[in-house]
Amino acid sequence: MTVRAIRVIPCLDVDAGRVVKGINFVDIRDAGDPVELAALYDQQGADELVFLDITASSDRRDTTVEMARAVAEQVFIPFTIGGGIRTVDDARRLLMAGADKVSINTAAVERPALIAEISREFGAQCCVVAIDARGSESMPSGFEVYTHGGRSNTGIDAVEWAVVAADRGAGEILLTSMDRDGTRDGFDLALTRAVSQAVNISVIASGGVGTLAHLVDGVTHGGADAVLAASIFHFGQHTVAEAKREMLASGVTVRPAGSM
Amino acid sequence: MTEAAATAPLIAILDYGIGNLHSAHKGFDRAGADARLTADPSLIAEADGLVLPGVGAFEPCMNALRATGLDEVAMERIGAGVPFFGICIGMQVLFAGSDEAPGCGGLGYFDRMVHILPSSVKRPQMQWNIIEPRIDAHPMFSGLDPEPWVYFVHSYAAEDGPDVLATCDYGDHLVAAAGRDNVWACQFHPEKSGANGIRILQNFVAAARIGGAARA
Repeated sequence: MTVRAIRVIPCLDVDAGRVVKGINFVDIRDAGDPVELAALYDQQGADELVFLDITASSDRRDTTVEMARAVAEQVFIPFTIGGGIRTVDDARRLLMAGADKVSINTAAVERPALIAEISREFGAQCCVVAIDARGSESMPSGFEVYTHGGRSNTGIDAVEWAVVAADRGAGEILLTSMDRDGTRDGFDLALTRAVSQAVNISVIASGGVGTLAHLVDGVTHGGADAVLAASIFHFGQHTVAEAKREMLASGVTVRPAGSM
Repeated sequence: MTEAAATAPLIAILDYGIGNLHSAHKGFDRAGADARLTADPSLIAEADGLVLPGVGAFEPCMNALRATGLDEVAMERIGAGVPFFGICIGMQVLFAGSDEAPGCGGLGYFDRMVHILPSSVKRPQMQWNIIEPRIDAHPMFSGLDPEPWVYFVHSYAAEDGPDVLATCDYGDHLVAAAGRDNVWACQFHPEKSGANGIRILQNFVAAARIGGAARA
């Protein structure tokens, strides 16, 4: 038997080193402090964290490196940083500061060699390729890759791109449905399933979670190895511990939130 | 420095230029050590415990160890009986060699090879998994959860043998930890394994404290 434990991953948006977008916990002193939020999610049983850097100006990106350093000093679970990473050097600074993985998106589409460069330098386990996809009838798989935060379509088939990314050395795919993102209607299960079946690396399902049952569906119907959500956790609607109880009750193996 | 820190065991984390040691450093600090990242042989000679971290791939790690001379320093300190902890690739290089780098050779403390994970499972294993101790009484496992979940990221694992301390279930019973005498090794990342992981680091710091007292 093989243990295949599904990871539950809260995602935090970060602007200039501060967490933004309506975090609403009752028992938190500073809702913008990435360290305090990371520690809270760790206590709830989060298996990993993703910080999405939405800092608009590149000259303020140093704040993200400092944030990675601060989180790594205090929180002892893996975390990924994505957003604005364009070069091996960008990746190096974040990894040396303590991030476990970096996630690349637009830069990888524009220059796929970046995947191999990061993977060769730091190992495939550090290199997450984020794919933002939207339904499109003109694509063989029915899904098209979007870049620049979902604003630009690329004419690239999302499933084909996932296979290319894996071949070039990605350790993991962070797959977001732009159609579902923000809707709370659940993951795009057809998209998740298509990518999960096409690659032999982990796939993190993202975009659209509105209920705990959606997290279960991403695994049982979408074939995801990990599930990512933001708002259901941030607004205190559910804790990560509740998510894990729901998944265990549905027969999905997870690290129990009650463990140390 | 506080008085507590002044009396904390000195844990030298061997810094041979292979990347992110920040988490390991802070993890040992959290576990009550006076942790230092260092390649300085005189500081290493004073240390109560040594940690050999490792990230990426087997061959670059071995090459960097040889280039800095820390391969010989590590084996000399192990021979002197100093508590020694190899983590992830730092565990793998304690073996004789790896499928990943034919001909490269490892430190050879454990006289076996490191092999690629079975093809029936996704590689790397990148997940939390339960470790099953074979020798429950080993101090590495003191005070852990009954089913300790820890975080793994690896595509290769050591061959089974008499000094295996724990396994995990992933395509096969993979070697998750090994140890003999003063040497501990684990394939998972205790510095990324939440409270169980910090407890393992504390257990090593305690062993270093005892070892340091014995040598003093």
